[in-house]
Amino acid sequence: MAYLEGKNLVASYGVVPILHECSVEVEKGELAVIVGPNGAGKSTVMRVLLGMLNATSGSVTLDGKDISMLSTQDRISHGLAFVPQTKNVFPSMTVEENLQMGGFIRQDDINQTIEEVYALFPILYDKRKQLAEQLSGGQRQQVAFGRAMMTKPSIMLLDEPTAGVSPIVMDEIFSNILDVRNAGMAVLMVEQNAQQALNIADKGYVLVSGRNEHTGTGKELINNSEVRKKFLGG
Amino acid sequence: MTSDSVDIINAFALLTNFVLLPALSYGSQLALGALAVTLVYSVLRFSNFAQGDSMAFGTMIVILLTSFMISRGWTISGIPTALLVIPIAIVFTSMYLLTMDRLIYRHYRKIKAKSITIVMSSIGVMFVTGGIVRFVLGATAQKFEDGERFIFSVREFKAYTGLEQGIAFKTSQFLTITIAFLLVAFVFYFLQKTKTGKAMRAYSDNKELALLSGIDPDKMVQITWLLVAALTTIAGALYGLDKGFAPQQYHLLLLPIFASVIVGGIGSPIGAIAGAFLVAFSEILLTYAYKKFLIYLLPLSMHPSSLVQLIGTEYKYAISFVILVIVLLIKPTGLFKGKVIVDE
Ligand SMILES: Nc1ncnc2c1ncn2[C@@H]1O[C@H](COP(=O)(O)OP(=O)(O)OP(=O)(O)O)[C@@H](O)[C@H]1O
Ligand SMILES: [Mg+2]
Repeated sequence: MAYLEGKNLVASYGVVPILHECSVEVEKGELAVIVGPNGAGKSTVMRVLLGMLNATSGSVTLDGKDISMLSTQDRISHGLAFVPQTKNVFPSMTVEENLQMGGFIRQDDINQTIEEVYALFPILYDKRKQLAEQLSGGQRQQVAFGRAMMTKPSIMLLDEPTAGVSPIVMDEIFSNILDVRNAGMAVLMVEQNAQQALNIADKGYVLVSGRNEHTGTGKELINNSEVRKKFLGG
Repeated sequence: MTSDSVDIINAFALLTNFVLLPALSYGSQLALGALAVTLVYSVLRFSNFAQGDSMAFGTMIVILLTSFMISRGWTISGIPTALLVIPIAIVFTSMYLLTMDRLIYRHYRKIKAKSITIVMSSIGVMFVTGGIVRFVLGATAQKFEDGERFIFSVREFKAYTGLEQGIAFKTSQFLTITIAFLLVAFVFYFLQKTKTGKAMRAYSDNKELALLSGIDPDKMVQITWLLVAALTTIAGALYGLDKGFAPQQYHLLLLPIFASVIVGGIGSPIGAIAGAFLVAFSEILLTYAYKKFLIYLLPLSMHPSSLVQLIGTEYKYAISFVILVIVLLIKPTGLFKGKVIVDE
């Protein structure tokens, strides 16, 4: 059994069904990537895994334990962390306050972790007294990533962490993601830049209309001619 | 001293007594109310039309407790009894506001109602609250200030300085200005420096991300109402000590309070306070009769015969209204860039 497993997830917003028996899983020390067209339900999978949207059927297990019934907050304290696709910082708070809020549920000293985030993203140390809304898109993504790191999670869910950043910053963020994976964390990421993401992924899912269309290692998917034609632009 | 410079001093003593001190204390009272409206707006995302009547409710509790204390003889000479009972009154007002939240606002939060829907329900709460106050205390005005009325009176001031014009510093003014200053300092310290205060700001900034950070929304809502109850009760009690209590008067305070909030920039706490003083000073400066003031300063030939009052006091609420309209036309975001709620 994988570390985090979403199995046969069915979910809808109101009456409109979005996910149809969709499954994803990720191991510790593994980077799994979900790609797919707009509106495929990628963000919805994340929301279900986090308990921000209830699945009508299917299960979510973490380390073998069923967490389907837990609230979002409880899942966070069980080691899940999430960087949403949009609105992923506290805009009118400083960079440092954003990180402090990330560590809100921790009772121990969080300053050590804040230092670690600054070590990972040195630019954030320089900007620590600035409001998040004054940062560039790339810096804001780094704040969002750093905020999620503050609970010292065992698994990180990232919804398009490179949306709206320059190619240089994208490479930087991808290398940060590989760093935390190499440190033993499980990472599940949704990405628009399918080619680059699958290149570094251990495992990939192609999601179409809420269904698993293709599953395989990153290499397998890149080399799959159908996936290439439909999703990677030839 | 020449008689000219004495005249100038007299003129400014006059202005201090009739404009500066009254506007400072009125501004402080508005500031507390405006801060309460701002907190509700930022955290609970609606404009609380019940603010004025909630202040009446808090003051009603203060009045009831004060008369109880006086009837028992539990007073401290020199100190207004109202001051002693404020902490208990805050507890009662908190319970009332939390009950209203539980009965009404929570439902609308749960169904993610549009902001305007919650505003409408707060108008309902306004009428109910106003009704409760009139039911318990009646609609007539009353005074509940006891203890020493003045820090120094006009007569004491005149005797001390030998000036023709005296300045009176009322106990209620002194209390208003000091308590408002301390309370505002506390609220800012709380919001900027404490973990819970920061969590409140985080919750107001981005509810979903706050949830993802493990911040408990229910707790944030409760703390907001507790702060609002403290601000509301104290603002109401200080206003009542200063000007006496009348339910209708409190109800009408809503206009200058909303004007303060909007002038300062909706959702900005510092803006609410700046706005409150701007509204208070405008109201008093524009309704003050400058005749005597000018007589001190101008040569005899230029002495005014009229009152030199720009606007009659009966129109003072129109001033808030005009300020409101001007700000909305010229700078809708207010002095300190506020943010307006947009329903998603
Ligand atoms: N809150 C919501 N209420 C109703 N429908 C929604 C809601 N959020 C998303 N949807 C719909 O659900 C479907 C899947 O949305 P989702 O955000 O999961 O897609 P996605 O794969 O993440 O797309 P993108 O690549 O644009 O981020 C879309 O058709 C979207 O319109
Ligand atoms: Mg998405």
